[in-house]
Amino acid sequence: MKKNSPWAGVYMALVLVLLYLPILVVVLFSFNSNPGRTANFQFEGFSMQWYENLFDPITGYGQALMNSLSIAFWSVLLSAVIGTLGAIGLARRPVRKSVLGKAGAAALSLGEQLAVLPIMIPEIILGIAFMALFTALKMSFGMVTLVLSHITFCVPYIFITVKGRLATLDPGLEEAARDLGASPLRALTTVTLPLALPAVISGCLLAFAMSMDDFVISFFVNGPTTTTLPLKVYSSVKVGVPPHVNALCTVMLVAVFFLVGMGQLLQARAERRRLKSVKADS
Amino acid sequence: MPVAERQALLSLRDLHKVFDTQEALSGVSLDVYEGEFLTLLGPSGCGKTTTLRIIAGLEMPSRGVVLLNGEDITSLPPEKRQVNTVFQNYALFPHMNVEKNIAYGLRMRGASRQEMKEATEKMLQLVQLEGYGKRQPSQLSGGQRQRVAIARSLVLSPRILLLDEPLGALDLQLRRQMQQELKRMQQSLGITFIYITHDQEEALGMSDRIALMRDGRFVQVGSPEALYEKPETAFAASFIGETNLLHGRAAAVRDDGVLMDVGGITLPADSDLWISLGDPLCLSIRAERLYMSAAPVKEPCQVSGILTESRYAGGERVCVIRLPDGQVLKSRHPTEGEVPCVVGDKVCLWWHQASAVIVRDDLEAAS
Repeated sequence: MKKNSPWAGVYMALVLVLLYLPILVVVLFSFNSNPGRTANFQFEGFSMQWYENLFDPITGYGQALMNSLSIAFWSVLLSAVIGTLGAIGLARRPVRKSVLGKAGAAALSLGEQLAVLPIMIPEIILGIAFMALFTALKMSFGMVTLVLSHITFCVPYIFITVKGRLATLDPGLEEAARDLGASPLRALTTVTLPLALPAVISGCLLAFAMSMDDFVISFFVNGPTTTTLPLKVYSSVKVGVPPHVNALCTVMLVAVFFLVGMGQLLQARAERRRLKSVKADS
Repeated sequence: MPVAERQALLSLRDLHKVFDTQEALSGVSLDVYEGEFLTLLGPSGCGKTTTLRIIAGLEMPSRGVVLLNGEDITSLPPEKRQVNTVFQNYALFPHMNVEKNIAYGLRMRGASRQEMKEATEKMLQLVQLEGYGKRQPSQLSGGQRQRVAIARSLVLSPRILLLDEPLGALDLQLRRQMQQELKRMQQSLGITFIYITHDQEEALGMSDRIALMRDGRFVQVGSPEALYEKPETAFAASFIGETNLLHGRAAAVRDDGVLMDVGGITLPADSDLWISLGDPLCLSIRAERLYMSAAPVKEPCQVSGILTESRYAGGERVCVIRLPDGQVLKSRHPTEGEVPCVVGDKVCLWWHQASAVIVRDDLEAAS
């Protein structure tokens, strides 16, 4: 193996510092004992005060977090159903080709492209479009409009990952299930869905992250009582960064690290168990 | 066997199947009887798999009817047919262990846990995989997966088991062993097998009847002996075994056969075909049914020519003889007591009239 140049290490360190330094600043100042209304980024002493009253109803962060979580939950849940069923339906295209004919197949392929398009359209356009549509429909802005618009950009993430997984599956498996006496629905629930499940979950995690993180689209379609976390943070930093925001970011950071760590741990354990069972058998 | 008196278990009536614009089946009709081992034999793309998929219900015929026990099942979905399939690539469920794979069909029928356990045990025993129940399909060899696929279908006691080139992915030795095992299973269970292969040797060795297919049609259906000894067409003669096709014209037509003129030589031949004087004829003679001698013999069926190739192959010798009119015959004969002939010699080939047969020449037409 080629020995790494010492410069490679320096380069790596530089990249890591550039990536994590801003984050470290946020973490550091979340413990600042500065009593002011906004963070002045002069470290005056250690304090847990911003954590203690982070979810004080007065700050509104708790409510915003709950809003974001429930919007993400409902959007992802509905997107998972739509995206997964869509991917399964389109994965069976060869069967339908003979029924639909050439024009039908072409239309289906166009529809598939269109379904993925929302993640490529600039968010600002989607945001304005949704606002215009919901206004035209005289819908009141709030939870429903937020979930509906989040679904449009969540579906493609799930659709793409599930479709990718299904493409690697043998179409004969579902036929085998039917052959062995399963109705189309039972073949779906006992064979296709369990095999697609890992892709559904990873698509959902991705979509969940996107929904939690979304600012632009939510900005255009949120209502008076449904401020999401990114919107809340944005509105509070307009007049200077409140120290609470540092604490909030740190909490979210820890949550993300925890989730990623858990995921890795579970995966490693599954892998170990698989290897062990192989060894035990041979 | 009094075939005509038995009621067919499965009947295919004039099946047609068109994919997009291509016709995969053009009029397939066949009766399959209880307990029979029937092989669909043919080159790839001849419509064997399409026929099997129509029987399984995985494909709808464009035209035609499928009857099971006299009942029309043409539009019945696969899950409602008492027919199960062993797929070419096995199609085992990768997220279930061997036991769960085998019990899948019973689970779909709503069998109890106890029933499933007992039936699975029995099946594992039948396919000689006791103790493998908890393994994942990915931990099995090709031959073992094959056995699981068979067990998974047989556990439902189907009226007919369909096997789509089940041994295609196995190496030669395992293939031979599985051929015997499949035949043993079929005989002991008495289940009707419809078996697909493109390997004529496999078809000859295992089948009660062979249905030879080509371009979406049956060329000939009959026992392995009938297909080998009495092929009806040049394609059937050359696809199964090794044969010589001798071309000539009808010089005289008699009640029991014809006199065939091959480049000036007149040969008598048996034929059931309707032949008129002067018709082009094609005579099929198996390579191993030809005898060679240095001098002409007192036989009605003989030709002479020049020995152009002589290859020693252990138990037998393969010779190529060119006739005066340019046609070439290949013969195989035992090396024991053979006539000493060298390349360039003039030799005589003869055969028993009954071992040669006039066939319909369908090879020129297709190419």
